[in-house]
Amino acid sequence: MGLVPLTGSRYYVFLLTDILIFGLFALSLNLLLGYTGLVSFGQAAYFGVGCYACGLLIKKAGISFGIAFAATGFFGAAAALIIGFFCVRLTRIYFAMLTLAFSQIVWAIVFKWNSLTGGDTGIYDIDFPKFLDSRAKYFYFTLAVVAISVFILRKIVNSPFGRILMTIRDNPERTEFIGINVKLFQLLAFIISGFFSAISGGLFAVFNHSIFPDFCYWPVSAEVLIMTLLGGMYSFFGPLVGAAVLLYLRLEVTSYTEYWPFILGTILVLLLFFFPGGIVGFLQDQIKRWRPAK
Amino acid sequence: MSFDLSFVVLQLLNGLTNAMFIFLIASGLSIIFGVLGVLNFAHGSLYMLGAYATYQCVSLFVDSPGQFWWAVIAASVAVALLGGIIERLLLRRLYHHVELNQLLFTYALVLILSDLARIIWGVDQLSVSRPAILRGAVEILGQYFPKYNVFVLFLGPCVAFVFWFFMLRTRWGRMVRAAALDRETLGALGVNVDRLFTVVFIIGSWLAGLGGALVAPVITIRPGMDVEIIINAFIVVVIGGLGSFWGTFLGALIVGPVYALGILVFPRLSMIFIYVIMVFVLITRPWGLLGRPLQR
Repeated sequence: MGLVPLTGSRYYVFLLTDILIFGLFALSLNLLLGYTGLVSFGQAAYFGVGCYACGLLIKKAGISFGIAFAATGFFGAAAALIIGFFCVRLTRIYFAMLTLAFSQIVWAIVFKWNSLTGGDTGIYDIDFPKFLDSRAKYFYFTLAVVAISVFILRKIVNSPFGRILMTIRDNPERTEFIGINVKLFQLLAFIISGFFSAISGGLFAVFNHSIFPDFCYWPVSAEVLIMTLLGGMYSFFGPLVGAAVLLYLRLEVTSYTEYWPFILGTILVLLLFFFPGGIVGFLQDQIKRWRPAK
Repeated sequence: MSFDLSFVVLQLLNGLTNAMFIFLIASGLSIIFGVLGVLNFAHGSLYMLGAYATYQCVSLFVDSPGQFWWAVIAASVAVALLGGIIERLLLRRLYHHVELNQLLFTYALVLILSDLARIIWGVDQLSVSRPAILRGAVEILGQYFPKYNVFVLFLGPCVAFVFWFFMLRTRWGRMVRAAALDRETLGALGVNVDRLFTVVFIIGSWLAGLGGALVAPVITIRPGMDVEIIINAFIVVVIGGLGSFWGTFLGALIVGPVYALGILVFPRLSMIFIYVIMVFVLITRPWGLLGRPLQR
């Protein structure tokens, strides 16, 4: 995959960078969804915070890309700390509604605070930094950042901390009984998830060269949920696969027809009815079927 | 800052008119959640289709007297039927799935229905003119207030009352309330719960369609009105209490005027203010002002 820029295809460089960014976004969501059992319907908030933190630090504060990007994740984590503090007190549908409500507040602030965020017109001309002045170089940078993030996320889910998250997912009441502070661990997962969502947002702000309030609007939260579900929320790399398939399809389909939402909706319906485990879940089932237990 | 009192009153009336529209939509959302346990993102899409269908019917019935009223009836019934078909053929199969799958299914409907509307009606802004009998305005404190809005202000409470009567005094209403509390027991008592679910979904869809049909003369009908309204409807049902009928009415009465008056005082913060109320209610009383804690 790292060799793709050498083929000189702008199309694939663009697509792969996009996939890496949204793959990281979906993976960060899945720390909550698949591993902790929390349905966040407001993940766009942290992606958006990442976008705007990175974009504003570069354009308005005049800070260099390196420092701005490094700070991005912490803005996301801070937002997740504040929002998560309230959200983890609720369960199930109420949790989902509260995450949605908070993300809409973030969107409304971004949308209305014209003097800072440019409101509806957004922020333009966020250039590649000097040392990453081409699509290919930015692709390598993205690849490195995502690889490191994936490595860390993988470490996290395989650590004792990750095991506790999965225990909470399977049965929060019992986890509480064995003396674990469930809310605290949920909050920690929320913050880590917000951190990496913001990192992906920061990557996207520079990749896209411009940012808009729409990046924090609730359909973005729905889309990243679809990616996660499409790939499979019960496998670590599932969300990345989901992002890859969805973004590839979108790029192909939109060159033929403008009715991509219709096709995405149809894919989603088929997925829910016939492949509830997502692509990776489906493949794992097939492999199990062909290779009987030893 | 000083405000002309009559202007504030007028703005309050506008806010209340909006509240009645939101109430029509949110009440359908709320009853569907209360009975079926499904949070229906596609409810806003049904509302949008109601508006588009009204536009279509008005142009079909162009020569008949009372064309607008026939269009409202035809459009809302068409939307109700669509809702029934969706529930029967698709949603029904997902009741035993996790909430997330139901949620995403209704989101898939949002995507599909929005594109269907684009295919059929295009992306232009459409409009429906007010029925002849309700054109013009009445004078209130020296300001002009559209007659149509007066009609809506009266209609909202009427619908609420009829609905309340239906829920409290009829056999179907009792079954609906029972289903919200304990669907297994109701089934064991010999009630056809499957059919009841379909009926509830049809009623909810009809209310969404009716809201869309009645709002058609006061807004421009355009793509995107589905995603905008659904969040407002969520806010209203969350504030009032998911599944609570009077809660929805109260929620609408809070959100409509707060938004309309908020715009006068803090033009930029009005929208944020509504979300903050929603967040505040969810944190302090997740089941809403008039709702009951979820037992399931």
